[in-house]
Amino acid sequence: MNIIGPDYLVFGVDDVAASSEYLTAFGLKPIDVTDKGGLFEALDGSGIIIRHKSDPSLPPPLPTSNMLRQQVYGVRASEDLDAIEAELSKDRRVTRLADGSIETKDDHGFELKFQISKRRELNMPAEKINAPGAPAQRRPNEIGVWEEMPAAPRVLSHVVLFVPDIDVATNFYCGRLGFVITDVLSGAGPFLRPKANDDHHTLFFIRTPEYMKGCEHLAFHMGGPTELMVAGTRFVKKGYQSFWGPGRHKFGSNWFWYFNSPLGCHFEYDADMDKHDDEWIAREAQMGPEASQIVLFEMREKWAPGGPPPGAKP
Amino acid sequence: MVTPQLLCRVEDVAEGEARGFGPLEGYRRKIVILRRNGALHAWLDACPHYPGGTPMAWKTNAYLNGEKTHLACHSHGALFDMESGECVLGPCLGQQLTRIALAISDEGEIFVAAAQEEKRA
Repeated sequence: MNIIGPDYLVFGVDDVAASSEYLTAFGLKPIDVTDKGGLFEALDGSGIIIRHKSDPSLPPPLPTSNMLRQQVYGVRASEDLDAIEAELSKDRRVTRLADGSIETKDDHGFELKFQISKRRELNMPAEKINAPGAPAQRRPNEIGVWEEMPAAPRVLSHVVLFVPDIDVATNFYCGRLGFVITDVLSGAGPFLRPKANDDHHTLFFIRTPEYMKGCEHLAFHMGGPTELMVAGTRFVKKGYQSFWGPGRHKFGSNWFWYFNSPLGCHFEYDADMDKHDDEWIAREAQMGPEASQIVLFEMREKWAPGGPPPGAKP
Repeated sequence: MVTPQLLCRVEDVAEGEARGFGPLEGYRRKIVILRRNGALHAWLDACPHYPGGTPMAWKTNAYLNGEKTHLACHSHGALFDMESGECVLGPCLGQQLTRIALAISDEGEIFVAAAQEEKRA
Protein backbone atom coordinates (compact mmCIF):
# COMPACT_ATOMS: atom_id res chain seq x y z
CA MET A 1 0.00 0.00 0.00
CA ASN A 2 1.99 2.94 -1.28
CA ILE A 3 0.38 5.75 0.67
CA ILE A 4 2.28 9.02 0.14
CA GLY A 5 0.57 11.27 2.65
CA PRO A 6 -2.33 13.70 2.88
CA ASP A 7 -3.29 15.31 -0.44
CA TYR A 8 -6.07 17.34 1.15
CA LEU A 9 -7.72 17.93 4.50
CA VAL A 10 -11.41 18.81 4.26
CA PHE A 11 -13.10 21.12 6.80
CA GLY A 12 -16.71 22.12 7.41
CA VAL A 13 -16.33 25.66 8.76
CA ASP A 14 -18.77 28.10 10.34
CA ASP A 15 -17.36 31.15 8.53
CA VAL A 16 -16.29 30.53 4.93
CA ALA A 17 -15.21 34.14 4.31
CA ALA A 18 -13.01 34.31 7.42
CA SER A 19 -11.49 30.90 6.67
CA SER A 20 -10.80 31.89 3.06
CA GLU A 21 -9.08 35.07 4.22
CA TYR A 22 -7.03 33.09 6.73
CA LEU A 23 -5.91 30.37 4.31
CA THR A 24 -4.92 32.93 1.69
CA ALA A 25 -2.97 35.02 4.21
CA PHE A 26 -1.27 31.81 5.42
CA GLY A 27 0.17 31.56 1.91
CA LEU A 28 -2.09 29.02 0.19
CA LYS A 29 -3.45 29.73 -3.29
CA PRO A 30 -7.24 29.72 -3.78
CA ILE A 31 -8.27 27.44 -6.67
CA ASP A 32 -11.84 27.93 -7.97
CA VAL A 33 -12.82 29.30 -4.56
CA THR A 34 -16.28 30.88 -4.25
CA ASP A 35 -18.35 32.09 -1.31
CA LYS A 36 -19.18 28.40 -0.81
CA GLY A 37 -15.50 27.52 -0.29
CA GLY A 38 -13.07 25.48 -2.35
CA LEU A 39 -9.45 24.32 -2.46
CA PHE A 40 -6.48 26.28 -1.12
CA GLU A 41 -3.27 24.87 -2.57
CA ALA A 42 0.35 24.66 -1.51
CA LEU A 43 2.93 24.82 -4.30
CA ASP A 44 2.69 21.08 -5.03
CA GLY A 45 -1.12 21.09 -5.29
CA SER A 46 -1.81 19.53 -1.87
CA GLY A 47 -3.87 21.68 0.49
CA ILE A 48 -7.02 22.48 2.42
CA ILE A 49 -10.62 22.19 1.16
CA ILE A 50 -13.30 24.16 3.01
CA ARG A 51 -17.10 24.24 2.76
CA HIS A 52 -19.71 25.70 5.07
CA LYS A 53 -20.55 23.18 7.78
CA SER A 54 -24.13 22.97 6.47
CA ASP A 55 -22.98 22.02 2.93
CA PRO A 56 -24.56 18.64 2.14
CA SER A 57 -21.63 17.67 -0.10
CA LEU A 58 -19.37 17.34 2.95
CA PRO A 59 -18.77 14.03 4.70
CA PRO A 60 -20.61 13.90 8.06
CA PRO A 61 -19.08 15.75 11.03
CA LEU A 62 -17.33 14.18 14.00
CA PRO A 63 -19.50 14.02 17.14
CA THR A 64 -17.39 16.85 18.62
CA SER A 65 -16.99 20.56 17.86
CA ASN A 66 -14.01 19.79 15.60
CA MET A 67 -14.37 21.00 12.02
CA LEU A 68 -12.27 18.31 10.30
CA ARG A 69 -14.50 16.36 7.90
CA GLN A 70 -12.14 14.16 5.89
CA GLN A 71 -8.51 13.24 5.36
CA VAL A 72 -7.78 12.64 1.67
CA TYR A 73 -4.71 10.44 1.24
CA GLY A 74 -2.73 10.26 -1.97
CA VAL A 75 -1.40 6.89 -3.16
CA ARG A 76 0.96 6.04 -6.01
CA ALA A 77 -1.21 3.88 -8.29
CA SER A 78 -4.59 2.28 -8.80
CA GLU A 79 -3.19 -1.04 -7.49
CA ASP A 80 -2.72 0.68 -4.13
CA LEU A 81 -6.37 1.71 -4.08
CA ASP A 82 -7.33 -1.90 -4.90
CA ALA A 83 -5.15 -3.17 -2.05
CA ILE A 84 -6.63 -0.69 0.45
CA GLU A 85 -10.16 -1.54 -0.70
CA ALA A 86 -9.51 -5.27 -0.35
CA GLU A 87 -8.03 -4.88 3.14
CA LEU A 88 -10.58 -2.48 4.61
CA SER A 89 -13.60 -4.17 2.99
CA LYS A 90 -13.02 -7.09 5.36
CA ASP A 91 -14.72 -5.29 8.22
CA ARG A 92 -16.30 -2.03 6.98
CA ARG A 93 -18.07 -0.38 4.11
CA VAL A 94 -15.72 0.97 1.45
CA THR A 95 -17.27 3.07 -1.29
CA ARG A 96 -15.70 3.25 -4.73
CA LEU A 97 -16.35 6.62 -6.39
CA ALA A 98 -16.71 7.29 -10.14
CA ASP A 99 -13.17 8.68 -10.38
CA GLY A 100 -11.71 5.51 -8.89
CA SER A 101 -11.06 6.95 -5.43
CA ILE A 102 -12.38 5.16 -2.36
CA GLU A 103 -14.02 6.41 0.84
CA THR A 104 -14.31 4.79 4.24
CA LYS A 105 -13.85 5.48 7.96
CA ASP A 106 -11.08 4.59 10.40
CA ASP A 107 -11.75 2.81 13.70
CA HIS A 108 -12.40 6.10 15.52
CA GLY A 109 -14.91 7.29 12.94
CA PHE A 110 -12.61 9.72 11.10
CA GLU A 111 -13.68 9.97 7.46
CA LEU A 112 -11.01 8.88 4.97
CA LYS A 113 -10.58 9.06 1.24
CA PHE A 114 -7.84 7.52 -0.86
CA GLN A 115 -6.99 8.70 -4.36
CA ILE A 116 -4.13 8.52 -6.83
CA SER A 117 -2.09 11.43 -5.53
CA LYS A 118 -2.68 14.78 -7.16
CA ARG A 119 0.54 16.24 -5.79
CA ARG A 120 2.77 17.80 -8.44
CA GLU A 121 6.49 17.10 -8.29
CA LEU A 122 8.41 20.15 -7.07
CA ASN A 123 11.77 21.16 -8.42
CA MET A 124 12.98 23.97 -6.18
CA PRO A 125 16.14 24.63 -4.17
CA ALA A 126 16.22 24.22 -0.39
CA GLU A 127 17.41 27.07 1.78
CA LYS A 128 21.14 27.49 1.23
CA ILE A 129 23.52 28.22 4.11
CA ASN A 130 27.17 29.10 4.45
CA ALA A 131 29.27 27.72 7.29
CA PRO A 132 33.01 27.76 8.04
CA GLY A 133 34.65 24.46 7.15
CA ALA A 134 32.09 23.54 4.53
CA PRO A 135 31.78 24.57 0.89
CA ALA A 136 29.72 27.75 0.56
CA GLN A 137 26.20 27.01 -0.65
CA ARG A 138 25.61 30.58 -1.80
CA ARG A 139 27.89 32.09 -4.43
CA PRO A 140 29.74 35.37 -3.78
CA ASN A 141 27.21 38.23 -3.91
CA GLU A 142 24.25 35.84 -3.54
CA ILE A 143 22.30 37.20 -0.56
CA GLY A 144 20.40 35.02 1.92
CA VAL A 145 17.40 37.19 2.78
CA TRP A 146 15.59 40.12 1.30
CA GLU A 147 12.37 41.89 2.21
CA GLU A 148 10.20 40.46 -0.56
CA MET A 149 11.73 36.96 -0.55
CA PRO A 150 9.25 34.18 -1.34
CA ALA A 151 8.05 32.11 1.62
CA ALA A 152 5.15 29.99 0.41
CA PRO A 153 4.01 26.65 1.84
CA ARG A 154 5.35 23.92 -0.44
CA VAL A 155 3.65 20.69 0.63
CA LEU A 156 0.93 19.58 3.07
CA SER A 157 3.24 17.90 5.57
CA HIS A 158 1.26 16.23 8.32
CA VAL A 159 -1.90 16.10 10.36
CA VAL A 160 -2.19 15.54 14.11
CA LEU A 161 -5.29 13.89 15.51
CA PHE A 162 -6.80 13.90 18.98
CA VAL A 163 -7.86 10.29 19.54
CA PRO A 164 -9.25 8.62 22.67
CA ASP A 165 -7.44 5.29 22.13
CA ILE A 166 -3.86 5.25 20.84
CA ASP A 167 -3.82 1.47 20.39
CA VAL A 168 -6.95 1.52 18.25
CA ALA A 169 -5.54 4.32 16.09
CA THR A 170 -2.08 2.75 15.76
CA ASN A 171 -3.45 -0.71 14.97
CA PHE A 172 -5.57 0.73 12.20
CA TYR A 173 -2.96 2.90 10.48
CA CYS A 174 0.00 0.54 11.01
CA GLY A 175 -1.75 -2.82 10.97
CA ARG A 176 -4.19 -2.16 8.17
CA LEU A 177 -2.56 0.59 6.07
CA GLY A 178 1.15 -0.07 6.44
CA PHE A 179 2.22 3.05 8.33
CA VAL A 180 5.42 2.74 10.42
CA ILE A 181 6.07 4.22 13.88
CA THR A 182 9.15 6.46 13.75
CA ASP A 183 9.18 7.74 17.36
CA VAL A 184 6.88 7.77 20.38
CA LEU A 185 6.11 10.58 22.81
CA SER A 186 4.76 8.55 25.71
CA GLY A 187 1.84 10.28 27.35
CA ALA A 188 0.79 11.58 23.93
CA GLY A 189 1.31 9.05 21.17
CA PRO A 190 3.32 7.84 18.17
CA PHE A 191 4.65 9.59 15.06
CA LEU A 192 3.69 7.69 11.90
CA ARG A 193 5.18 7.56 8.42
CA PRO A 194 3.37 5.93 5.50
CA LYS A 195 5.24 3.46 3.30
CA ALA A 196 5.71 5.73 0.28
CA ASN A 197 7.01 8.77 2.19
CA ASP A 198 10.35 9.11 3.99
CA ASP A 199 9.32 12.14 6.09
CA HIS A 200 9.65 11.54 9.84
CA HIS A 201 5.87 11.83 10.16
CA THR A 202 2.76 12.60 8.19
CA LEU A 203 0.54 11.59 11.10
CA PHE A 204 0.78 11.95 14.88
CA PHE A 205 -1.72 11.04 17.59
CA ILE A 206 -2.40 12.74 20.89
CA ARG A 207 -4.50 10.86 23.41
CA THR A 208 -7.44 12.91 24.68
CA PRO A 209 -10.96 12.39 26.01
CA GLU A 210 -13.60 11.34 23.47
CA TYR A 211 -15.18 14.82 23.44
CA MET A 212 -11.98 16.32 21.97
CA LYS A 213 -11.71 13.88 19.06
CA GLY A 214 -10.60 15.75 15.96
CA CYS A 215 -7.71 17.58 14.35
CA GLU A 216 -5.24 19.25 16.74
CA HIS A 217 -3.12 20.74 13.98
CA LEU A 218 -1.92 20.40 10.44
CA ALA A 219 1.36 21.54 8.95
CA PHE A 220 2.88 22.66 5.68
CA HIS A 221 6.53 22.21 4.72
CA MET A 222 8.46 25.40 3.98
CA GLY A 223 11.75 25.72 2.06
CA GLY A 224 13.83 26.09 5.23
CA PRO A 225 13.92 27.68 8.68
CA THR A 226 14.37 31.18 7.25
CA GLU A 227 11.28 30.86 5.03
CA LEU A 228 9.39 29.54 8.06
CA MET A 229 10.34 32.52 10.20
CA VAL A 230 9.76 35.02 7.40
CA ALA A 231 6.31 33.58 6.64
CA GLY A 232 5.42 33.48 10.35
CA THR A 233 6.62 37.01 10.98
CA ARG A 234 4.63 38.33 8.05
CA PHE A 235 1.59 36.46 9.36
CA VAL A 236 1.96 37.96 12.83
CA LYS A 237 2.41 41.44 11.41
CA LYS A 238 -0.93 41.06 9.64
CA GLY A 239 -2.55 40.44 13.04
CA TYR A 240 -2.75 36.63 13.11
CA GLN A 241 -2.26 34.96 16.47
CA SER A 242 0.89 32.95 17.19
CA PHE A 243 0.30 29.96 19.44
CA TRP A 244 3.69 28.25 19.84
CA GLY A 245 7.01 29.01 18.24
CA PRO A 246 9.09 29.56 16.31
CA GLY A 247 11.23 26.71 17.52
CA ARG A 248 12.65 23.35 16.55
CA HIS A 249 11.28 19.96 17.58
CA LYS A 250 13.53 17.15 18.78
CA PHE A 251 11.65 14.22 17.24
CA GLY A 252 11.65 14.84 13.50
CA SER A 253 14.11 17.77 13.91
CA ASN A 254 11.63 20.00 12.10
CA TRP A 255 11.38 23.71 12.76
CA PHE A 256 7.87 24.75 13.81
CA TRP A 257 5.62 27.74 14.27
CA TYR A 258 1.97 27.23 15.23
CA PHE A 259 -0.93 29.66 14.80
CA ASN A 260 -4.56 29.86 15.88
CA SER A 261 -7.12 29.58 13.08
CA PRO A 262 -10.84 29.94 12.38
CA LEU A 263 -10.86 26.26 11.32
CA GLY A 264 -10.89 25.03 14.93
CA CYS A 265 -7.31 23.73 14.94
CA HIS A 266 -3.77 25.05 14.77
CA PHE A 267 -1.94 25.67 11.52
CA GLU A 268 1.80 25.05 11.49
CA TYR A 269 4.64 26.06 9.24
CA ASP A 270 7.34 23.38 9.40
CA ALA A 271 10.75 23.04 7.78
CA ASP A 272 13.73 20.71 7.52
CA MET A 273 12.19 17.48 8.83
CA ASP A 274 14.26 14.30 9.20
CA LYS A 275 13.97 11.52 6.63
CA HIS A 276 13.82 7.85 7.60
CA ASP A 277 13.86 4.40 6.08
CA ASP A 278 12.98 0.98 7.43
CA GLU A 279 16.38 0.65 9.16
CA TRP A 280 15.35 3.29 11.70
CA ILE A 281 14.57 2.16 15.25
CA ALA A 282 11.89 4.22 16.96
CA ARG A 283 12.90 6.25 20.03
CA GLU A 284 10.69 6.98 22.99
CA ALA A 285 10.55 10.01 25.28
CA GLN A 286 8.13 11.33 27.85
CA MET A 287 5.84 14.06 26.49
CA GLY A 288 6.82 17.48 27.82
CA PRO A 289 8.65 20.67 26.89
CA GLU A 290 12.07 19.02 27.20
CA ALA A 291 11.16 16.27 24.75
CA SER A 292 9.20 18.50 22.39
CA GLN A 293 11.61 21.29 21.57
CA ILE A 294 15.35 21.81 21.39
CA VAL A 295 14.92 25.56 20.93
CA LEU A 296 11.93 27.86 21.36
CA PHE A 297 11.62 31.54 20.63
CA GLU A 298 8.63 33.68 21.46
CA MET A 299 7.25 36.40 19.26
CA ARG A 300 6.43 39.15 21.75
CA GLU A 301 3.03 40.64 21.24
CA LYS A 302 2.94 44.28 20.32
CA TRP A 303 2.46 46.43 23.38
CA ALA A 304 2.38 50.14 23.92
CA PRO A 305 4.54 51.47 26.74
CA GLY A 306 2.64 53.78 29.05
CA GLY A 307 3.29 55.91 32.09
CA PRO A 308 6.53 57.56 33.23
CA PRO A 309 9.94 55.86 32.98
CA PRO A 310 10.94 53.71 36.00
CA GLY A 311 12.07 55.83 38.91
CA ALA A 312 10.63 59.07 37.53
CA LYS A 313 9.14 61.55 39.94
CA PRO A 314 5.36 61.23 40.24
CA MET B 1 -3.73 47.83 46.10
CA VAL B 2 -3.45 47.92 42.34
CA THR B 3 -4.02 51.20 40.54
CA PRO B 4 -6.90 51.01 38.07
CA GLN B 5 -5.84 51.57 34.47
CA LEU B 6 -7.75 53.01 31.55
CA LEU B 7 -8.57 50.22 29.10
CA CYS B 8 -10.94 51.76 26.54
CA ARG B 9 -14.20 53.67 26.23
CA VAL B 10 -17.74 52.29 26.31
CA GLU B 11 -18.37 53.31 22.70
CA ASP B 12 -15.36 51.26 21.54
CA VAL B 13 -17.41 48.03 21.70
CA ALA B 14 -20.72 47.84 19.83
CA GLU B 15 -23.62 45.46 20.59
CA GLY B 16 -22.74 41.87 19.64
CA GLU B 17 -19.05 42.73 19.20
CA ALA B 18 -15.94 41.55 21.03
CA ARG B 19 -12.60 43.35 21.00
CA GLY B 20 -9.25 42.82 22.63
CA PHE B 21 -7.41 45.58 24.52
CA GLY B 22 -3.98 45.76 26.14
CA PRO B 23 -2.10 43.97 27.50
CA LEU B 24 -2.01 46.59 30.23
CA GLU B 25 0.93 47.10 32.55
CA GLY B 26 0.89 44.17 34.97
CA TYR B 27 -1.01 41.81 32.67
CA ARG B 28 0.40 39.01 30.56
CA ARG B 29 -2.73 38.78 28.42
CA LYS B 30 -5.10 41.08 26.65
CA ILE B 31 -8.59 41.72 28.00
CA VAL B 32 -11.55 40.87 25.79
CA ILE B 33 -14.52 43.21 26.15
CA LEU B 34 -17.84 42.27 24.61
CA ARG B 35 -21.29 43.77 24.64
CA ARG B 36 -24.25 41.41 24.85
CA ASN B 37 -27.86 42.50 25.40
CA GLY B 38 -26.56 45.96 26.16
CA ALA B 39 -24.25 44.90 28.99
CA LEU B 40 -20.45 44.92 28.86
CA HIS B 41 -18.52 41.82 29.96
CA ALA B 42 -14.75 41.56 30.25
CA TRP B 43 -12.75 38.33 30.09
CA LEU B 44 -9.06 37.59 30.26
CA ASP B 45 -7.82 36.56 26.80
CA ALA B 46 -6.67 33.20 28.15
CA CYS B 47 -8.35 29.91 27.29
CA PRO B 48 -8.41 27.77 30.48
CA HIS B 49 -7.54 24.69 28.43
CA TYR B 50 -3.83 25.39 29.06
CA PRO B 51 -2.15 26.13 32.38
CA GLY B 52 -1.57 29.88 32.34
CA GLY B 53 -4.07 30.29 29.51
CA THR B 54 -3.53 30.80 25.80
CA PRO B 55 -4.65 33.69 23.55
CA MET B 56 -8.01 32.96 21.93
CA ALA B 57 -8.36 35.10 18.77
CA TRP B 58 -7.30 33.87 15.32
CA LYS B 59 -6.61 37.45 14.27
CA THR B 60 -6.68 40.83 16.00
CA ASN B 61 -10.16 41.22 17.56
CA ALA B 62 -11.43 37.95 15.94
CA TYR B 63 -12.78 36.39 19.16
CA LEU B 64 -16.26 35.23 18.15
CA ASN B 65 -17.35 32.05 16.38
CA GLY B 66 -18.69 32.27 12.83
CA GLU B 67 -22.32 32.65 13.93
CA LYS B 68 -21.29 35.36 16.45
CA THR B 69 -23.18 33.47 19.15
CA HIS B 70 -20.21 32.58 21.38
CA LEU B 71 -16.77 33.68 22.41
CA ALA B 72 -14.46 31.11 20.81
CA CYS B 73 -10.93 29.93 21.45
CA HIS B 74 -9.38 29.54 18.01
CA SER B 75 -6.73 27.26 19.43
CA HIS B 76 -8.96 24.17 19.47
CA GLY B 77 -12.41 25.58 18.78
CA ALA B 78 -13.79 25.78 22.33
CA LEU B 79 -16.97 27.85 22.65
CA PHE B 80 -17.78 30.02 25.69
CA ASP B 81 -21.03 31.61 26.79
CA MET B 82 -20.52 35.33 26.24
CA GLU B 83 -22.23 36.34 29.49
CA SER B 84 -21.22 33.59 31.94
CA GLY B 85 -17.78 32.73 30.51
CA GLU B 86 -18.54 29.02 30.78
CA CYS B 87 -17.10 26.65 28.17
CA VAL B 88 -20.12 24.97 26.58
CA LEU B 89 -18.32 22.97 23.87
CA GLY B 90 -14.75 21.86 23.30
CA PRO B 91 -11.63 20.77 25.15
CA CYS B 92 -12.21 22.78 28.34
CA LEU B 93 -15.88 21.83 28.73
CA GLY B 94 -17.28 23.13 32.03
CA GLN B 95 -14.30 25.37 32.80
CA GLN B 96 -14.58 29.16 33.07
CA LEU B 97 -12.92 32.15 31.54
CA THR B 98 -11.48 34.60 34.07
CA ARG B 99 -13.84 37.54 34.51
CA ILE B 100 -12.24 40.97 34.79
CA ALA B 101 -14.04 43.51 36.94
CA LEU B 102 -14.70 46.81 35.18
CA ALA B 103 -15.25 50.30 36.55
CA ILE B 104 -16.94 52.76 34.21
CA SER B 105 -16.56 56.48 34.81
CA ASP B 106 -19.31 59.06 34.24
CA GLU B 107 -17.42 60.05 31.08
CA GLY B 108 -17.66 56.48 29.70
CA GLU B 109 -14.06 55.48 30.38
CA ILE B 110 -13.54 51.80 31.24
CA PHE B 111 -10.98 51.08 33.95
CA VAL B 112 -9.64 47.73 35.16
CA ALA B 113 -7.33 46.73 37.99
CA ALA B 114 -4.95 43.81 37.46
CA ALA B 115 -5.84 40.75 39.49
CA GLN B 116 -2.90 39.64 41.61
CA GLU B 117 -2.44 36.34 39.75
CA GLU B 118 -2.20 38.17 36.44
CA LYS B 119 0.70 40.35 37.51
CA ARG B 120 3.56 39.93 35.10
CA ALA B 121 6.33 37.88 36.69
